[in-house]
Amino acid sequence: MPLEFEKPILELEARIAELEKYAQESGVGLEGELSVLRERLKKLQSDTYGSLSRWQRVQLARTPGRPTTLDVLNGVFQDFLELSGDRTFSDDSAIVGGLAYLEGTPVVVCGQQKGRDTKENIQRNFGMPHPEGYRKAMRLMDLADRFRQPFFAFIDTPGAYPGISAEERGQAWVIAQSIQRMARLRVPAIAVILGEGGSGGALAIGVGNRVLILENAWYSVISPESCAAILWRDSKEAAKAAEALKLSAPDLLQLGVVDRVIPEPGGGAHRDPAATLANLKTALLEALAELKDLGPEELFEDRYRRFRGLGVYAE
Amino acid sequence: MALERLFRRRRTQGEVRDVPELWTRCPSCDAPIYKKDLEQNLYVCPKCSHHIRFPAMRRIESLADAGSFEQTTRLKPADPLHFTDTEPYAKRLERYQKEAGRPDAIVGGRCLIGGVPSVLMVMDAAFAGGSMGSVVGEEITRGAELAAQEGRALVIVSASGGARMQEAALSLMQMAKTTLALDRLWAKRLPYVSILTDPTTGGVTASFAAIADVIFAEPGALIGFAGPRVIKQTIRQDLPEGFQRSEFLLKHGMVDKVVDRRMLKEAVARVLKQLAGGARAAGV
Repeated sequence: MPLEFEKPILELEARIAELEKYAQESGVGLEGELSVLRERLKKLQSDTYGSLSRWQRVQLARTPGRPTTLDVLNGVFQDFLELSGDRTFSDDSAIVGGLAYLEGTPVVVCGQQKGRDTKENIQRNFGMPHPEGYRKAMRLMDLADRFRQPFFAFIDTPGAYPGISAEERGQAWVIAQSIQRMARLRVPAIAVILGEGGSGGALAIGVGNRVLILENAWYSVISPESCAAILWRDSKEAAKAAEALKLSAPDLLQLGVVDRVIPEPGGGAHRDPAATLANLKTALLEALAELKDLGPEELFEDRYRRFRGLGVYAE
Repeated sequence: MALERLFRRRRTQGEVRDVPELWTRCPSCDAPIYKKDLEQNLYVCPKCSHHIRFPAMRRIESLADAGSFEQTTRLKPADPLHFTDTEPYAKRLERYQKEAGRPDAIVGGRCLIGGVPSVLMVMDAAFAGGSMGSVVGEEITRGAELAAQEGRALVIVSASGGARMQEAALSLMQMAKTTLALDRLWAKRLPYVSILTDPTTGGVTASFAAIADVIFAEPGALIGFAGPRVIKQTIRQDLPEGFQRSEFLLKHGMVDKVVDRRMLKEAVARVLKQLAGGARAAGV
């Protein structure tokens, strides 16, 4: 389902494709008309995507077809081996992870995984982890530390699951523990917000030396809908809440919450996943290169300093 | 007659309402209570032992050794996002400051607890529901750093609805910042006791409040990650009796002990006395 603001662009694209096909089949010269339409398309695209509202970006961040964590693990890394389970309770498929290589460097990877269709979404709980998911993530952090391999975390979750079972098993406790565990890593840690960065459930695997974000991803303390439901008493005011929360990638870069924005191809990551993954790979390699001269304690202190400085107040 | 008027007053939720000046009512059992008795009883209902919200300064007096408290918190909130919902955040802040009589939702400083040099930080639910923005995060962080620097124990009393929405991603980052700061204590073998009071939810539970050496909870306090309303909306089911209350948390292994407020100082001092020896033994 295309988003509302994408429709005029998609329609124009379809018309151009149709004309091109007709021109080719019939041999009629339509280059004049086509170039006019192509110009119009270019302008429409730059008008639309050059001035996306924060709410439009949130919608793009949720669009099906956008690269998920597994797409990244299989498309950017090599020889990904998925590891499962928290060794305590069960395997949470809302968080995936394991061993992989990044251009020859052995690394440990993990991230929240949304489904690519309704069936898979139900199986993966829409990317909303339970405590066992975060325990799996912590297990993977242990592995990274023990074998001195860089740790990569990919964030894409509406939030940690708010349910009875999750509360019974200490959702708040594991999130705090996971934040602490990741902070204590003595290896390079790089976190990337791929799509949705929903609150504590996202931050639990977001304590990186470098925190990167895809251009149309969002990251905040609460989803725009929930924020609107509380402050405006109407979740339909989500667009206003998205603006107020300043949850877009450029906002977060300005606040120092993220270190780098990874560009998405025109129209968003879902229009060209391969190009998105290529941009992501470049950014990951550069971030890793920046950290390569730091020793274990320096990496820990670097992460401490990064988060220590965040916050705005008056003395 | 004053008493008759008193009995006609309707009960209020959560807080003591000022009915005739000397009297109030328990929000749980509705019993009339002489205010002086309530204060002396640390805001615990003498009839039903319901723990009524405890003003932050009274809390400090109840835990710190007499005359030992020296306040260090002093930061004031800013409005980095220029946040406006139905009302500008800056205006809300002014109102909260007037109501609570402090710049933000936390007060704390150095003190002795049972003779053990400590840093005591108390969240104030009377200020914006005790929500954590940059000020609360920074004060908790500085409190932990101060304790580490001066070789003191750390005691934090949480009372918070979670991270503050009006500071958005910056509030979220306070969860990481405060959690990281606790590592400074860890490195020096200094004890940290976390006390969870009604309510402790969201980003406060999911950061510094949950990773202490010892965690106490006051009886009947609402403690959890997601709020009960959000959970109910998500699962479309009624929640079980006692769900997310202190006793539920104890049963599920998340807190060490449910402690009556009137016994809390003794319990905290007991832990600090034993564990604060660790730093000395290790020679740090």
